[in-house]
Amino acid sequence: MVGAGVDQWVGAVMVRYAALIAAGTVVATAGCTTLRATGDLGLVVERATGSVQVVDTSQRAPLAQITGLGDLSHASVVYSRDQRYGYVFGRDGGLTKVDLLRGRVDKRVVQAGNAIGGAISQDGRVVAVSNYQPGGVKLFDADSLALLAEIPATFGGEGKRSKVVGLVDAPGRRFVCSLYDGDEIWLIDARDPRKPGVTKFSGVGKQPYDGTVTPDGRFYIAGLFGEDGLALVDLWHPDRGARRILRGYGRGEQALPVYKMPHLDSWAMAGGRAFVPAAGRHEVLVIDMQTWKEAARISVAGQPIFVVARPDGRQVWVNYALPNNDVVQVIDTETAQIVKTLKPGKAVLHLEFTPRGEAVWLSVRDENRVEVYDTETFERVAQLTAAKPSGIFFTSRAHRIGL
Amino acid sequence: MTHVQRAATLAAVASALVVSLAWADIAAPRRAALSNLLVQDCGSCHGLTMRGGLGPALTPEALAGKPPVMLRDVILHGRPGTPMPPWQPFLTVEEAEWLVQVLINGLVP
Repeated sequence: MVGAGVDQWVGAVMVRYAALIAAGTVVATAGCTTLRATGDLGLVVERATGSVQVVDTSQRAPLAQITGLGDLSHASVVYSRDQRYGYVFGRDGGLTKVDLLRGRVDKRVVQAGNAIGGAISQDGRVVAVSNYQPGGVKLFDADSLALLAEIPATFGGEGKRSKVVGLVDAPGRRFVCSLYDGDEIWLIDARDPRKPGVTKFSGVGKQPYDGTVTPDGRFYIAGLFGEDGLALVDLWHPDRGARRILRGYGRGEQALPVYKMPHLDSWAMAGGRAFVPAAGRHEVLVIDMQTWKEAARISVAGQPIFVVARPDGRQVWVNYALPNNDVVQVIDTETAQIVKTLKPGKAVLHLEFTPRGEAVWLSVRDENRVEVYDTETFERVAQLTAAKPSGIFFTSRAHRIGL
Repeated sequence: MTHVQRAATLAAVASALVVSLAWADIAAPRRAALSNLLVQDCGSCHGLTMRGGLGPALTPEALAGKPPVMLRDVILHGRPGTPMPPWQPFLTVEEAEWLVQVLINGLVP
């Protein structure tokens, strides 16, 4: 490319950004024309007000608030591969494409009566949403949000539709999800997103409540609510079917009432071992990923909700259901010991590490704030005000399989 | 719900509250805490607008015809075989009854 061409291109970008700033956008910093990237940005869901905050994880500061996103209980976000757009999946079936640079809604569709989450394909072209009502998965064009295909989650002989949970992307432009009412795992081939193919695994276990995929995209694991155990599918060998692991981890003991469903959103893996919440128990289970057998169990302060590994795998951070939802604990993955117990405030709902894990952001719902902790010193290093914050999602997710 | 309807249901609840002295014993700060529990914690499964999620919808329409005592008992004791847990460790009987009235009258904040 010749120099003049580059100058013209840069010039065009500068003009474009000048226009953005004129439109009152978040890219204006210190009143000068500045180019802004999005690799250190994120979204904080403010669930009660149907809004999200655009946050800067380097400055630890809010950049913009975007409103009009509907019922955001249990809302989650995936990102475009250029990390500019977030796709927010709302409870009320709303799918909103948010522009982090402009700090505003880019496109929005209400695609179902009741939804639970979504995923973006390996190539970034297809957004998939898992729906409760009507139960199924819908595929959308990531640019336009045009509907590409609908996959009803019918099971059994009578045409009943199941709530769909645990939807993730997998290599090969595939998606994987679980049927809560149907006890099935579905592998969706979206290479032709208008004519998706579905491979079904039935009888995987009672009431799969969430699912996740290992960071390499190979193993899909669904947590089971209706029985002690997890269901595992090797996506390198789907022909081998689904198998049950950690069967009977409750050892026949009566499980405690579950005041909030655990999550398996991001697979906490360290040193060849995986850390997962035990549904209905005050325990984190440790799985040996060579044998898929229980390697250890760690007694913790409550029923775990999120069990998330710091990006380097040295620590696992855990938050809890009621009545212990004011506590966050840190497990050293080498020793499987709790090394820190924090009490950030009432109703810690979610936690998210910065891309390389020097800090972790916690949403403390009933205190109306987000807290940022240094993961080495465990000191609180920042606080941000947010209205009933729940999920926190950083753009680094854009480049991770399963997130 | 129109303002008139809302006022009418508020009046209905108010008169019911007069009847039930137990509800009247629930102090304002506790009601605020219960409302927060209803929206935020019940809302995690039933939706912040009570239109359902993993758990069923709890709108007045969805609850129409269901006996309040049964609803109260489901709140207090849960539904075995489903994810609905017993909330009895967190609520008195009167508080559960108050939540039922809030739900069936569509007064979720």
